[in-house]
Amino acid sequence: MNTVVAGITYRALLGRRRIILLLLLPLALLGLAVLFRVVAGNDQFMAVQLMQKFAIGTMLPLLGVIAGTGVIAPEIDDGTIIHLMSKPISRPTIIQTKFLVAASLLAVFGAVPTYFAAWLLAGNEDGIAAGFALGALVGGIAYAAVFLLLGVVTRHAVTIGIIYALVWESVVGGFIPGARQYSIQHWAGSIADQVSDSSFLKSDVTLGFAVPALLLVTVAGVVWAGQRLRVFSLTGDE
Amino acid sequence: MKIELSQVSRWYGNVVAVNDVTMTIGPGVTGLLGPNGAGKSTLLHMMAGFLAPSGGTVTLDGTRVWKNHHIYRNIGLVPEREGVYGFLTGWQFVLSAARLHGLPDPVEAARKALATVEMEEPKDRRVETYSKGMRQRVKVAAALVHDPPVLLLDEPFNGMDPRQRLHLMDLIRNMGTAGKTILFSSHILEEVERVAQHIEVLVAGRHAASGNFREIRRLMTDRPHLFMIRSSDDRKLAAALIRDQSAGGITLRPDGLEVQATEFRRFARLLPRVAQAEGVRLHEISPADEDLESVFSYLINRST
Repeated sequence: MNTVVAGITYRALLGRRRIILLLLLPLALLGLAVLFRVVAGNDQFMAVQLMQKFAIGTMLPLLGVIAGTGVIAPEIDDGTIIHLMSKPISRPTIIQTKFLVAASLLAVFGAVPTYFAAWLLAGNEDGIAAGFALGALVGGIAYAAVFLLLGVVTRHAVTIGIIYALVWESVVGGFIPGARQYSIQHWAGSIADQVSDSSFLKSDVTLGFAVPALLLVTVAGVVWAGQRLRVFSLTGDE
Repeated sequence: MKIELSQVSRWYGNVVAVNDVTMTIGPGVTGLLGPNGAGKSTLLHMMAGFLAPSGGTVTLDGTRVWKNHHIYRNIGLVPEREGVYGFLTGWQFVLSAARLHGLPDPVEAARKALATVEMEEPKDRRVETYSKGMRQRVKVAAALVHDPPVLLLDEPFNGMDPRQRLHLMDLIRNMGTAGKTILFSSHILEEVERVAQHIEVLVAGRHAASGNFREIRRLMTDRPHLFMIRSSDDRKLAAALIRDQSAGGITLRPDGLEVQATEFRRFARLLPRVAQAEGVRLHEISPADEDLESVFSYLINRST
């Protein structure tokens, strides 16, 4: 962890228009929660649906793309990363710092709004709010690692990330039960299910699979991204 | 400190960007001269640890450069691309460099570096409001902040106005005199001549020539020159010139004579004498191949 790298990364992500992107989805989630609350009142089923489909199913992966790729891809694109890389700091340290920044942003813009949206709809009943908040937190951390890696290995990180988030996480995971085993949002759902006693929440992924999978993806993503940055090459325009 | 390149090559697929280059860059100012696309940036990136050689080794005082972030304690790099965070002020940018180096007194180091490039006055403005020359100077300040013994600059004078250019040239010369190892790339011979004590010429990925600027100048002057000459009597002049050995070939064209001079100096003395003796008035003498490209292509043909 390097505080100068972290400071510059936070400024790049929060000081500019990108913060609007980070705010848009959580505000939409809270807006929907308020709307459902007004229309349907206190409703556990609605709460679980909103959390599964929107909070963890859509908002979290998209925030993952914005924050995970956003901490590094623009710097690689415009060459500013050279400023950090031409210093006596190991490249894996740069990656670990960027990962922590992305993960913290996902906690603030993903997990915290998730908690409040669920709380608006179901209060503290059956641990739904706490469960989904914890699910969003660990899921967000895994997304941060995956999309950070994507931001290092390809220049089309955002496009690929959005396609992954929408196609794999939302559609394929939704229709093909087997694919849910390999979906971060379903691992997050499994954690939520573990914490919550709600009868509306039933995850097909066991905790015994979800926890090691989340850990593996997170650690592998950060380590691999660090290795890729070590061999980062400037090809020049010649 | 010394940067040593030993049989360094770099290829992309089947395109060879740098071909078997061996050179040593020692203290003082070295200019890396070559036309655009010669592989100067590729070579510089390999020296700076931002590109792996496909073959050969690049070392800094004996330690390998590639995948070794410790070298940056001793190297300051000024990349050609902008590479400056637009949302930081010049001061914040240079200070961040000092902090990333873990210097004991980053504030003082940043202040000194900004003073060196005369950027104290606009230092509190955001970098995105700077002109190209100002960005370039802030980059130089950031590269100098830890007072590195080795400084690598990729086309540092690009986009600078004449005054800024002179100032940076002075700065580089002074640092070279002070014993730093400085390498900068450029495609402009005059720029290199004015700053560098030593010149390495790179053409089409090959190390075409090496020496001080007088040697390089002579190499470039002694090559066969092609002149276009218009005179009051081209045919008569041609007949007189061809008798001397310094003119290798003469073509009579509707718009004048095309003369291939094999020995430049001798021909330069010969031409006015012959013209006077023959009573021919010279209207125009223009070099037909004085552009750097042809100078370079001569050098590369010579070295193969």
